[in-house]
Amino acid sequence: MTDKKAKYQKVAYYPGCALEGSATAYDRSTRAVGKALGLELVDVKDWNCCGAMEVKNIDAKIQTYLSSRVMSIAANEMDMDVVMAPCNGCYHNLKKAEYDLKNDDQSREVVGKLSEKAGHATYQTGQVETIHALDWIRETIGEKGLGERVKNSLKGLKVANYYGCMYTRPRHIFPEKDQGPGSESTSKPHFMDDLLAAAGAVNVEFPLKTACCGGAHTLSDSDMSTKLVLNIIRAAEAGGADVIATECPTCHSGLEMHQIRAHKRFGIETKVKIIYFTQLLGLALGLKPKKVGIHENISDSLALLKEKGLA
Amino acid sequence: MRSIAELEARLEAIVTGQGTPASAEELLQSGEAVLEHWVIAKGEDPTTDEHEGFRLLALHRQGARDDASFNACRETCRELVYHYNVMSDLNADAESSQSCLQMMALIANHLILFVGGKMQEAGLGDFCCSAKPLHDEINDLSEVTDA
Repeated sequence: MTDKKAKYQKVAYYPGCALEGSATAYDRSTRAVGKALGLELVDVKDWNCCGAMEVKNIDAKIQTYLSSRVMSIAANEMDMDVVMAPCNGCYHNLKKAEYDLKNDDQSREVVGKLSEKAGHATYQTGQVETIHALDWIRETIGEKGLGERVKNSLKGLKVANYYGCMYTRPRHIFPEKDQGPGSESTSKPHFMDDLLAAAGAVNVEFPLKTACCGGAHTLSDSDMSTKLVLNIIRAAEAGGADVIATECPTCHSGLEMHQIRAHKRFGIETKVKIIYFTQLLGLALGLKPKKVGIHENISDSLALLKEKGLA
Repeated sequence: MRSIAELEARLEAIVTGQGTPASAEELLQSGEAVLEHWVIAKGEDPTTDEHEGFRLLALHRQGARDDASFNACRETCRELVYHYNVMSDLNADAESSQSCLQMMALIANHLILFVGGKMQEAGLGDFCCSAKPLHDEINDLSEVTDA
């Protein structure tokens, strides 16, 4: 058993706000898949906002503190050494906080003062390792193990894997990536592709897998967000995809909502369905659609899933 | 030089199959043109250099200098170049060329939309790169630690 395989069997689970709100389907499917795979999630106690995106844009060091508190609780109050965050925003922010605390004196000073004032132990770099849900499943179960557990193959389902921007950028906060064979790539991420292929899916060519979805400006410049999303959807459809698989709640809800908005605002209708990768893995593991929250998605994929024998 | 609005309109026409068909050369040049707009808006002269054999990549490096958020379109630029190279090898295969050209048009369109968006809203792409807060940082620690 590899170090990571053993280390990631039981992790502190940081759902973040999206997974308790707009992305309950992602939370539901992550927990269900973990259970089906025999992995253990322990919720971070009394977790707080990671500081994305609003706090970071006002004061990046407050964001660093907020993310550090989550890691401090996991390390000092729960005795955990791994925090798993399925949300790209949370994952990114915890990684960024780790980087800042390691490299910036002023960040350490602010976090130290605020932690003392808040009455909890100051997070020390290296106390926990932050990982994404993709790392969690890939390192513990792996493609081979997943393939052996598939009860309902995704065979015939054509998938465009959309990672979004925060999973790989900026490169310097992800020192474990771009480390050669077996590691994730920041320019061409593939962990989601690998897992879904192991579950039987056909991954289509999709050159916009890390392209901007305009999520930050969905309210301030909705038309721009709609155009960016529409272009991503068109690229997925041009590649022949039935489904865009997602691993970020911001991307996921943006794709779902702007797909509808593109129809209403610009009269352009597209067909591809938007589904979390954990939902697809859950279906492949034999879980019922309701168990993985298919009914909670805005994008109605049930007919497609029935057609493919997955529901 | 074509305006961003003109570039966007032309790409939309290509993507939706209206107007005259595009060549790989035109799509690559469209990408260069929108990056030229970005560089000029930063008060610089667009480079005529090439990086890895492509002016597009040199322009991207120039555009991203002192603005890490511009790296949010780095892979889009590289995908455009990749598809241009693939197109160069597909001359004899009409069907593959057609689908590759369509994908290349969508990539070019994304670059134009993203950079065009940043010309309107400089913050586009900022939170993903997290390198450039939209507002000045609070440098006086007492403001955040002493209440």
